[in-house]
Amino acid sequence: MGFFAFAWSILPDLLHATRMTLWITSGSIVLGFLVGIFLALGRVYGPRPIRWLTGGYIQFFRGTPLLVQLLVVYYGLPPYLASLGIQISPLAAAIIGLGLNSAAYQAEYFRGAVQSIQSGQMMAARSVGLSRVRAIRYVILPQALRLVIPSWSNELIYSIKYSSLAYFVSLTELTFVGKKIALHTARTFETYVVVAAIYLVIVLIVSRLLWMLEQRARIPGLGVPTEHR
Amino acid sequence: MNEQHPSRSDGAILRVEGLHKSYGDNHVLRGVSMQMRRGETVVVIGPSGTGKSTLLRCINQLSVPDRGRVWLGDREITCKKQNINCLRAEIGFVFQNFNLFTHLTALANVRIGPMKVKGLKKAAATELAMDELARVGLSDKADAYPAELSGGQQQRVSIARALAMSPQLMLFDEPTSALDPELIGEVLDVMVSLAKEGMTMLVVSHEMGFARSVSDSIIFMEGGVILEQGPPEEFFTAPKEERTRVFLSKITELYGE
Repeated sequence: MGFFAFAWSILPDLLHATRMTLWITSGSIVLGFLVGIFLALGRVYGPRPIRWLTGGYIQFFRGTPLLVQLLVVYYGLPPYLASLGIQISPLAAAIIGLGLNSAAYQAEYFRGAVQSIQSGQMMAARSVGLSRVRAIRYVILPQALRLVIPSWSNELIYSIKYSSLAYFVSLTELTFVGKKIALHTARTFETYVVVAAIYLVIVLIVSRLLWMLEQRARIPGLGVPTEHR
Repeated sequence: MNEQHPSRSDGAILRVEGLHKSYGDNHVLRGVSMQMRRGETVVVIGPSGTGKSTLLRCINQLSVPDRGRVWLGDREITCKKQNINCLRAEIGFVFQNFNLFTHLTALANVRIGPMKVKGLKKAAATELAMDELARVGLSDKADAYPAELSGGQQQRVSIARALAMSPQLMLFDEPTSALDPELIGEVLDVMVSLAKEGMTMLVVSHEMGFARSVSDSIIFMEGGVILEQGPPEEFFTAPKEERTRVFLSKITELYGE
């Protein structure tokens, strides 16, 4: 069987596994986004204990290997939650592990964006009578989220690829299924080429979507001009 | 000007007592006291670094004073129990650098206060905002973003943003200092007409022409205190303090008459 015929024959199984990859990625990026925003705001605007806690969280998750974090969550969290009477699936455990890690990185991107906004914006918002929370909600975040898109795109693309680490906690995602096919067919090289190609296609599509989002969200005078990309 | 509005002169709209503010070792305000009646325009002048801007910021608590008290009407702004957001909503602030919200159009900049602070519905807030933009002569720029406007236009939008909250008092922090000379006039025109409509205005400015022709009173600040205060005729023709005379002669050299 030639390469293309072989690739075609394993594609259905791999595409099926790709769905799991997309679930893991989207789950962890969304969780990381929500947690990351609160971490960043806590780090910039919080009182000292909150700044210290959020800083510690970020240092911890950036300073230890992602795979180790994932294993800790996967083996540590379910028994603990079970003792509280809560069952979580391996998928949920993987999403939590990857998401908490992503949150640390996203928080740093958000923090950079928030701090790049001129202090006069907050002052003007307060002068109109907006509370601090509302000033953040209506003035700071809408600007920060636009500014963060380019660096945040990196994080999303990383997380697509990091989802393959869920292989170690035996989720049937793309890399895991690729490994199984490679073993069964003994055509290791060809199998992994197809697996890599699928990741590449996902990343290219996502990059394009992010670029479109960036264009749509553009506002004159906010952020770097993007004509020359 | 007060003689023309006797009904508006009942009681002080703004009262400042013994205001002190330090930034680190820098003792910027060293006991400033003043008051304003409704409808008055007061211009604060003085060398740079003497606490003029700090005074304005301490009045609406954008900077929290170390000591001293501030009242808006009969409500104490410096009182910890006061909801500062409500009081700030009644005090318009115009910044030297405009500080328009970068991500919002001119219209949305003016509309955000009425909508998010006063809770007006979008349609009502839009109508109000369009009225305020018309008042500063910028109806045709409603959909422009700040980056698409000239400095003078941005400052007029920022005045409209403050006016949309129907403030009892407007604070202007060197509103024309960041502008190219040819754009200063359009901003001053708006301020002159506001003063004529009876808006209470406290203006930090080096625009002596404006001070002379529009203000009811001029405050000269130096070294964190008010050295002299008086009506413009008196102030410019017969200043009491030697320091005031020196400053006035310097500023006339610099900016002309």
